[in-house]
Amino acid sequence: MSIEISEVTRNTKILIDGVPFAVEDVNFVKPGKGRAIYRIKMRNLLDGVPREITYHSGDKVEEVSIVAHDMQYLYEEGDQFVFMDTESYDQHPVSKNLLGNKAQFVKESMVVSAIMMGSRIIGIDLPKFVELKVVESAVSTRTDTVTAQMKVVKLETGATVNVPTFVKEGDTLKIDTRTGSYVERVTKK
Amino acid sequence: MSRAETLRLKQIKANLKRRALILDSIRAFFKREGFLEVETPLLVPQAAPEQFIDPFAVNGWFLSTSPEMHMKRLLAAGYGSVFQITHCFRKGERGQLHNPEFTMLEWYRVDADYLGIIEDTERLVLAVAGDLGLGSAIRYQGRDIDLSRPWPRTTVSEAFRKSADWDPVLRHDPERFDLDLLDKVMPGFSANRPTVLMDYPAANASMARLKAGDSKVAERTEAFIAGLELANAYTELTDAAELEKRFRDVIQETGDSEVHRPMPRRFLEAVAELPACGGIALGVDRLVMLLCDADSIDEVVAFPRELV
Repeated sequence: MSIEISEVTRNTKILIDGVPFAVEDVNFVKPGKGRAIYRIKMRNLLDGVPREITYHSGDKVEEVSIVAHDMQYLYEEGDQFVFMDTESYDQHPVSKNLLGNKAQFVKESMVVSAIMMGSRIIGIDLPKFVELKVVESAVSTRTDTVTAQMKVVKLETGATVNVPTFVKEGDTLKIDTRTGSYVERVTKK
Repeated sequence: MSRAETLRLKQIKANLKRRALILDSIRAFFKREGFLEVETPLLVPQAAPEQFIDPFAVNGWFLSTSPEMHMKRLLAAGYGSVFQITHCFRKGERGQLHNPEFTMLEWYRVDADYLGIIEDTERLVLAVAGDLGLGSAIRYQGRDIDLSRPWPRTTVSEAFRKSADWDPVLRHDPERFDLDLLDKVMPGFSANRPTVLMDYPAANASMARLKAGDSKVAERTEAFIAGLELANAYTELTDAAELEKRFRDVIQETGDSEVHRPMPRRFLEAVAELPACGGIALGVDRLVMLLCDADSIDEVVAFPRELV
């Protein structure tokens, strides 16, 4: 839907050359008798890259509806993950690339937030923290160095993380999905 | 009353008390100068034809965007020098320095030109700062500002050639003018002194008289302090035919807009009898911001748009 630039506020989602952006800040300036100028700070919803565009009063932009749906991870199929909308039960295959590094923390039956533009999924937000089981506690890798305090373990989803040396195989760990780092060992109830 | 509202109103109370003192001080200044305080309607049948000022429409009428036309009708009737503190309404204007409803101080001095009006402005701002006990040196957003007279003057031509490498008096490019004014010219103004930017290109004359002996520029000037555009002054155009022509150009250029802009006939009839005078519109909220060291209009207005 086409809207006047004056209607754009923080959190308006707009489409520029087919790419969705989330508006983060609107700076309105207007020299006395001159045209109003809107400097809009926005973030590309596909790659997260910030951008600033200057508009004038009377300019129009394309507003786009972007909504989040809860979806449950079902299974992996080639280079795709298949999720199911928990309300409509529709199944949606999603390229693993869309999840980037977060793909390695996706666990069976996990509920994620799928960011949808129309019927297209443009992003997957994992829960901030996930609990994953250690399946291999002495992993040697070339990139991660084992120090006196830290070592590398492999989790049930195949991800590897740096953890304190007391962590054992079979422990459940709380992982921060934004940074991919170990938070704590979860005490078994 | 919500806790957030109570808290906010308590936080800005000192500013609003100072605001009241500033209004007293402004009135006292103009009474000493022999001006008559007037009131003009807020609900008007037409707004002044201005290309980039949008009025709010109310049942076929409009909320006033400026008291200018009615004040000039009083001047034409021989009221002498007049001033007014009033609310103005401009649709879509909202930002750190803008609220769609704001307070304007407008005055007209008979037999003065635009630079005479700037002298009034210098003396007014010093008088108000003096009444608040601030003297002529104030501190605003971490900068020391010396308000003493005379404020440095520069022409649009000089300022643009210095900071933006072009001369808008020689080349008409309104879009670039606004952007360069904001991004290059204003940042080039002294951080510690007010700036009087004068002699706007004839294309930006609005209701100002063209300069005697140089019709490429208009006798229009603006005062800036610490990055705040504070006031806009003219030697008033008293040629009704010329003004009607300028209005017609504006009405034509904005012809596709939804706002119906009829020709303000009563005003144009009065302009034919307008005495030689200068006039100015000064943003009271911005003056209060300056004297309260506030960086947003929301800190000097009790109920900005989102909180009305």
